[in-house]
Amino acid sequence: MKKIKKLIVGAAAFSLLAGMTGCGGAQTAAPGSSSSAEQTVSTDGSTSMESVIGFLSEAYQQKNGVKVTYNPTGSGSGIQAVQEGRCDIGLSSRALKSDEEKTLNGTVIALDGIAVVVNPQNTVTDLTVGQIAKIYTGEITDWSQLGGNDAPIVCIGREAASGTRDGFESVTDTEDMCKYAQELTSTGDVIQTVASNPNAIGYASLASVGESVKPLNVEGISPSEETILSGEYPIQRGFLLVTPKDKALSETAQAFYDFCTSSEADELIRKAGAVPVAK
Amino acid sequence: MHALLGICGSIAIAFVILITVFLVMSGVPAIKEIGIINFLFGTKWASTAVEPSYGILPFILTSVFGTAGAIILGVPLGILCAVFVTKIADKRIGAIVSGAVDIMSGIPSVVYGLVGMIVIVPAVRSLFGLPDGANLFSAILVLAVMILPSVISVSETALRAVPREYEEGSLALGATKTETIFKVTIPSAKSGILASVVLGVGRAVGEAMAVMMVSGNVPNMPGIFRSVRFLTTAVASEMSYSSGLQRQALFSVALVLFVFIMLINIILNIAVKKENRS
Repeated sequence: MKKIKKLIVGAAAFSLLAGMTGCGGAQTAAPGSSSSAEQTVSTDGSTSMESVIGFLSEAYQQKNGVKVTYNPTGSGSGIQAVQEGRCDIGLSSRALKSDEEKTLNGTVIALDGIAVVVNPQNTVTDLTVGQIAKIYTGEITDWSQLGGNDAPIVCIGREAASGTRDGFESVTDTEDMCKYAQELTSTGDVIQTVASNPNAIGYASLASVGESVKPLNVEGISPSEETILSGEYPIQRGFLLVTPKDKALSETAQAFYDFCTSSEADELIRKAGAVPVAK
Repeated sequence: MHALLGICGSIAIAFVILITVFLVMSGVPAIKEIGIINFLFGTKWASTAVEPSYGILPFILTSVFGTAGAIILGVPLGILCAVFVTKIADKRIGAIVSGAVDIMSGIPSVVYGLVGMIVIVPAVRSLFGLPDGANLFSAILVLAVMILPSVISVSETALRAVPREYEEGSLALGATKTETIFKVTIPSAKSGILASVVLGVGRAVGEAMAVMMVSGNVPNMPGIFRSVRFLTTAVASEMSYSSGLQRQALFSVALVLFVFIMLINIILNIAVKKENRS
């Protein structure tokens, strides 16, 4: 009995730890130390920029043999990491706040439309920004109020500090007012949930919207590269490279920065599903 | 050699002490700043709002209710399964069931979560006619399945440890097999079965990944069909983005969770000791 008891105490404590580290694992992987490792550029930040930075770094590595590391921690932590010198270039999918702008530069390299998606069975095809805001703040609760089926609306969103949520809530002016039915921790989860619930509405980066869900027109404009670049499609945000103001980038990091902001990067950014800004 | 083994032994203790000290040190400042009453009994969690509020009562109650629900559903099922394997089934079938239980305990929690998300959540939605199926009830169902392997295997060991003479005595006095199992075998294995329950509680309280995928993750006060957030998922869903007081508060949530697990272990210790003495 004593043995079993010990086993249980250990196992219980272990399952707690395992449960917690299991989820924290992805973000605890430390970025390669930036200054000491020659020929490496470390980036850290927005999870929404994963595919953009993936395409850019892969092409850059093939071209120049310089390794670019990427630590997907979220815009907030990425900005913090640059401030603390833990990475060369921070990645942010939200504009810098005024106190961050004092010490950091943000350069927009691409635009990303946030698509508002519904289940393909949903008959609603077009909403205004105002209607979307009303849906998420709980003023409109049934699809029939929007000309759809007689069914309650299920609002799917992202967790509190997500760049996509921040982008969405600031454009629709619903910060801290959204009444979500689910707060999910990744874009894929949002798509999956909307695809499996006929009453759901969600938002996700246009780049990751596939066949399984239906993107809505907003103010009569369908989300696409042209409408995002021209600014017609209203729900969009910038992808930023964040660099320190007081400290020059290392030579390798500066070369990668130049590459990302050159017209050479346009095609890669497009491949990644975002819209390159005019150079 | 003895010294080496001694060092290996003390590594485990060192980790426990290290983690405890780390959690207390990083968890206490935020509790102090927020105030322990506001923190533990506040009903509103809005960590990124302009005027943030850090009340974790919704998380605590969700974890308590979620675990209780999982125990209510999972423990009877697990114990009866253990009885079947040890007392009823013939050896071959018993071995098959035991093997399945072992495989079940090896399935990663993210897989439970995935199955829950794709099968249980839509099923709960259509079964109960709800607008959305990601809620406390779905989480309880997933947790109940997840605690089964630990409940079954520990109960099995306890049931096997009951001396054969007890059962033979009962049968010789004219009791049926069913009567013997429920009136002699299970009561004799009580402390082991109790241990399996506490182990199940530990697993359910500490699970993060699977419940995150099926519970909806909104910091509401718990209700059976409401979207809820557990103590574990509160830490896991915000930690990667957090900063400042929000981050410290998440450490405090982890500390509360840690205290929970410690209390469960202490209760287990006391219960098992008492049982052994009587």
